[in-house]
Amino acid sequence: MSAEIKEKDPLFSLKNRKLLTVPLNRENPITMQVLGICSALAVTAKLEPAVVMAISVTFVTGVGNLVISLLRKSIAPRIRIIVQLTVIATLVILVDQFLKAYAFDVSKQLSVFVGLIITNCIIMGRFEAFGMANKPWPSFLDGIGNGLGYGIILIIVSFFRELLGSGTLWGYPVLEKIGLYRLGYENNGMMILPPMALIVVGIIIWVQRSRVRDLIEDK
Amino acid sequence: MKEIISIFIQSVFIDNMVFAYFLGMCSYIAVSKTVKTSVGLGIAVIFVMGITVPVNYLINEYLLGPGALSWLSSSFADVNLDFLSFIIFIAVIASMVQLVEMVIEKFSPALYNSLGIFLPLIAVNCAILGGSLFMQEREYQSLAEATSFGLGSGVGWLIAIVGIAAIREKIRYSNVPAPLRGLGITFIITGLMGIAFMMFMGIKI
Repeated sequence: MSAEIKEKDPLFSLKNRKLLTVPLNRENPITMQVLGICSALAVTAKLEPAVVMAISVTFVTGVGNLVISLLRKSIAPRIRIIVQLTVIATLVILVDQFLKAYAFDVSKQLSVFVGLIITNCIIMGRFEAFGMANKPWPSFLDGIGNGLGYGIILIIVSFFRELLGSGTLWGYPVLEKIGLYRLGYENNGMMILPPMALIVVGIIIWVQRSRVRDLIEDK
Repeated sequence: MKEIISIFIQSVFIDNMVFAYFLGMCSYIAVSKTVKTSVGLGIAVIFVMGITVPVNYLINEYLLGPGALSWLSSSFADVNLDFLSFIIFIAVIASMVQLVEMVIEKFSPALYNSLGIFLPLIAVNCAILGGSLFMQEREYQSLAEATSFGLGSGVGWLIAIVGIAAIREKIRYSNVPAPLRGLGITFIITGLMGIAFMMFMGIKI
C-alpha cells in the first residue's frame, strides 16, 4: 500500500497516520493476526510489567523495522531470516541490558520473557511483510503502530487482571481506598492465575468482533 | 535418577509450556486445526527440544555463564558472557533445526515427509527458545537434568496441541456465538484446559 508513498509526502500524511492507527483495531496483531501471543500473556498479571513489555516490544518493532528497511536492498533473500534474527537479537539484548540497569525489579519479574521478544512473531512478521519492501519512515511507523497494537491488548488484559485479581492498579490499592472490602467484597484470586489471561483475551476478541461485525470468521 | 524423573513429570504437567507460560502459542493456534498435523508438529518440537536444550546447556556451562571459561586458564575465571546468551541460543537453535532437518532427510525420508514444513517453522517457535532460557534461569545441575527438562517440555507441548486439535475438530459441529467463532473460542478453551491442568500442581515423585 505504501509503495505509492512519495518522497514529498509530509511526515504525517493521511497514509502514514493510517499505518499507526490501523493496527490498533482492525488489524490488531493479537486479536486479528494471531501473532506474538507467546510472550504476551504471561506478563499480564500486573500492570507495571505489562507496560514495560509493551514499550520494549514497540521499541524493537519500530527500530528493527527501520533498520531492516534501510538494509533491504543489501540483504540477499536466501539469508534474510538469519539477518532479521540478528537485528532482533541485538535490539533485544540492548533492551534487556537497559532494563537490568534501570528497572531491575521489573526485569526480574519479566524473567525470560524479555529474551522471548526475539521469537515474537509480530516482529518477524512485520519485517517480512513490511520492512523488506518499504521505505524507512513508513516502516518505522508501521513497526511502532504494530507494537502499540500489541501493547494496548497487553494493557487492557493486565488492567482487568490486576484490578479484579489483586484489587490494585500499578501497585496502588484502589479498591481498598474506595472501601469495597468493608462491604464484604473479596479479590478474585483466579484472575492472577495464568489461564485467566487466555479467557480475558477471548472475551476481548468477542467484544471487538461483536462491534465490528465484518471481522467474524466463517465456519 | 529420581530427581530426573521428577523434573520430567514436572515439565510435562505442572510447568506445561502452553498452559503455564503460553509459549509456542502462535503455532499452537495456527496448526491445531486437525489432529494429524498437530501430532506431526508436536513430534518435531519434542525432537528439537530434546536436542537444543542439552546443547545450549553445554554452551551455557562452558562458554557463557559466570566463570564458565575458567577451564581455559584461571585468568578467565571472572569473565561473564551472559549478555550474549540470547544471540547464541537463537543461532544454535536455527542451525540445529537446519542440521536435524538434513539428518532426518538423509536417514529417514518417511519421517522427513511426515514432518514436512513443520521443521523449519520450529526455529521461530517461542517454546524452543523459552526452553533454553528457562534452562539457563533454573540452573539445572547436570546434563541429564537439562535433557529431561527439554524432552518433558516437548511432550507437554505435544499433549497440549493434540488436545486442542481434537476439541477443535469436534467444535465445528456446535453452535458457537458468531463473534467468538475460530480464534475467540480457541482462546477460551485453552484457558479452560489450563485450569484443568492446574490440578496437577503439587504432584511430587
